[in-house]
Amino acid sequence: MNIHIKGGRLIDPANQIDSLTDLFISNGRIASVGSAPDNFIVDQVIDASNKIVCPGLIDMCAHAREPGPAQKGSIRTESMAAVAGGITTMVTPPTTSPIVDSPAVAKLIKDRCIEAGKITIHPMGALTKALEGEQLAPMHALASSGCIAFTNSRQAVANSLVLTRCLEYAATHDLLVIFQAQDASLAQGGCMHDDSTCTRLGLNGIPESAETVEVARCLLLTEQTGVRAHFGQLSCERSVRMITEAQERGLPVTADVSIQNLLLTDENVNGFNNNFHLIPPLRSQLDRAGLIQGLLGGTIQAICSDHQPHESAAKEAPFADTEPGMIGLETLLSLSLWLVDQEMLDLPQLIEKLTLAPATILGLDEGNLAVGRTADICIFDPEEEWTLTPESSHSRGKNTPFMGHPLKGRVTNTLHKGHIVYSAT
Amino acid sequence: MLEHTDPSQVQLTKDGELKHFITTEHLSREMLTEILDTADSFVDLGAKQVKKVPLLRGKTVVNLFFEASTRTLSTFELAAKRLSADVLNLNISTSSTSKGETLKDTLMTLHAMHSDMFVVRHSSSGAAHFIAEHVTPDVAVINAGDGRHAHPTQAMLDMLTIRQAKGAFAPLSVAIVGDILHSRVARSQIHALRTLGVEDIRVIAPNTLLPRHIESLGVKVYTDMQQGIKDVDVVMMLRLQKERMNSALLPSESEFYKLYGLTMDKLALAKPDAVVMHPGPINRGVEIASSVADCDRSLILDQVTNGIAVRMAVMSMAMSGQTKSRSDLNGTEV
Repeated sequence: MNIHIKGGRLIDPANQIDSLTDLFISNGRIASVGSAPDNFIVDQVIDASNKIVCPGLIDMCAHAREPGPAQKGSIRTESMAAVAGGITTMVTPPTTSPIVDSPAVAKLIKDRCIEAGKITIHPMGALTKALEGEQLAPMHALASSGCIAFTNSRQAVANSLVLTRCLEYAATHDLLVIFQAQDASLAQGGCMHDDSTCTRLGLNGIPESAETVEVARCLLLTEQTGVRAHFGQLSCERSVRMITEAQERGLPVTADVSIQNLLLTDENVNGFNNNFHLIPPLRSQLDRAGLIQGLLGGTIQAICSDHQPHESAAKEAPFADTEPGMIGLETLLSLSLWLVDQEMLDLPQLIEKLTLAPATILGLDEGNLAVGRTADICIFDPEEEWTLTPESSHSRGKNTPFMGHPLKGRVTNTLHKGHIVYSAT
Repeated sequence: MLEHTDPSQVQLTKDGELKHFITTEHLSREMLTEILDTADSFVDLGAKQVKKVPLLRGKTVVNLFFEASTRTLSTFELAAKRLSADVLNLNISTSSTSKGETLKDTLMTLHAMHSDMFVVRHSSSGAAHFIAEHVTPDVAVINAGDGRHAHPTQAMLDMLTIRQAKGAFAPLSVAIVGDILHSRVARSQIHALRTLGVEDIRVIAPNTLLPRHIESLGVKVYTDMQQGIKDVDVVMMLRLQKERMNSALLPSESEFYKLYGLTMDKLALAKPDAVVMHPGPINRGVEIASSVADCDRSLILDQVTNGIAVRMAVMSMAMSGQTKSRSDLNGTEV
């Protein structure tokens, strides 16, 4: 299938392109940029005038819930949500049921993903068996079955010797380790940032130290073991400062942040709105400012959705009794465009953080529209206003505080490996 | 991005009348005073031969206690009965939830039985708010204690007791002593005291029993009881739950008693006419000495008496607001 994407503003940070130019796709790959290649017979033209054409978004953390509770989501439903949000690659945590600690589970996810035929999913593997923090997971076999990185999720490996062994073993095979830093005892029973709002609402708090203590430990052990390490979904300004300092010392660590932690704070929890029950929690204005600063200054390279779909019953209870997390695949781009609207970033810089930067961290070829590369493409109208509704959203979860909220910037077409996998109606 | 809502708004009708009673926070001084005045009118009722008024006649009040309680439940039951309501007591901690039923399903079931008022106690902060906002907005919800968030009827009976003893609120110095961290009572007391005009509110506890940035609620923090209690007019003690001793918050009961227990020696540092209060049940020799609990400056039993009057007041006010708001709603539908 030969596709001609016509008249759009092509933004391809990998090749420093930002211009009105056409894109030609053939056999699932970029055939040409600018003018049609010789003997190119167009099967389909996509009119991209007044739209942005960029690499498909790469989401470094999104839960697809499969294998696991089908009422929360499946690879099929969450893939649909992803492409509606312009996302063509997503990385899924190992906290499925069963956990991704055996090659069979990793393979199942890859197979289901191919069956769904919308996007590419790279599962993260468990760092330890059953995420219990006691025995090493078979990382090499998991990597061979498609795991792109290894994490113990938010269940930090309590035993520092075991963690050291995990990192040494991952370093042996040059595997990427992702820390979703949270000290279990300091976070125990907590459901929001421990500060004055938490005090007023009488909820159990999660102090910053729940994150920063673990970030400090992970940084020290990363340095000692020489493992390739990435910090996922930071929430504290202090974490950003520690990682900046480590990077300045030459430690090649990277980091990402979820869009919600860049936009919202703990004050949003006022009124006990369960959609703001998130882990990591929304933190203070100071933390939010520190995360934005970290993103602009380069300490944090990528923005992710931290998509966590839930069935409605999981959110229908008093605040602390609900399950944490919000959906975010369909709103990642629109919400991120707010940073451009506020002139914190320009559009090419933002797109870099949603495409090339995660690709670089993960060692992927995607996020780059050079000739010969995979044609994973997102086309969006940066000005179109729209509203996410429970009826229109594709994710099985409807749990987001942005439901019904006016949004700006809408995906019109998504291409995965040269196939049109989404077209807005 | 995304404005947040004021959690107290859910308890008011569009005309600013009470239709649920969830928290003392953000209620106006006029509203709190109206509750106290209404309660005052019920105080004497208890001493009469016929203790009933017909304000809630024909209404069904369900006491929904998801957390064990004897005294709060019985005062709510008495209050409802003195208002002539039909009362159903449900101790849910031992029934539905152990069968896996969700809070929402339990409430919807009771709603289908045409209840008019739910008096709810629950171990999760925000439970009463959740029910009033999302489950049964057309049933008056009275918060009988939710997690660490609020226990507004306890706070209002304390305010009534203070008003009876001291007259005016503004010139008072009030100390709240003990486990502030886990206390819904303390939070509700602080909001009510502030709104009623008390400027000098002190909390006294070790750092392990103080929530983060408690000073943001408008209180002064003392970790030394001798300093904190100096020249206060009212000492409000909090109950120390025994289980706190097992969770690394305190070294021992005896050390807590030595440092923060209210003894005659410590009380001597307060004003000579200072009064002592406690929400009960008291732990003698843990947070309060028997000699203090039983002395003539202790208002602990007045608090219990006032508890019934205050609960009658908020129940009748919320039912009236709820009924109006329902008929408004029906009016617009027609």
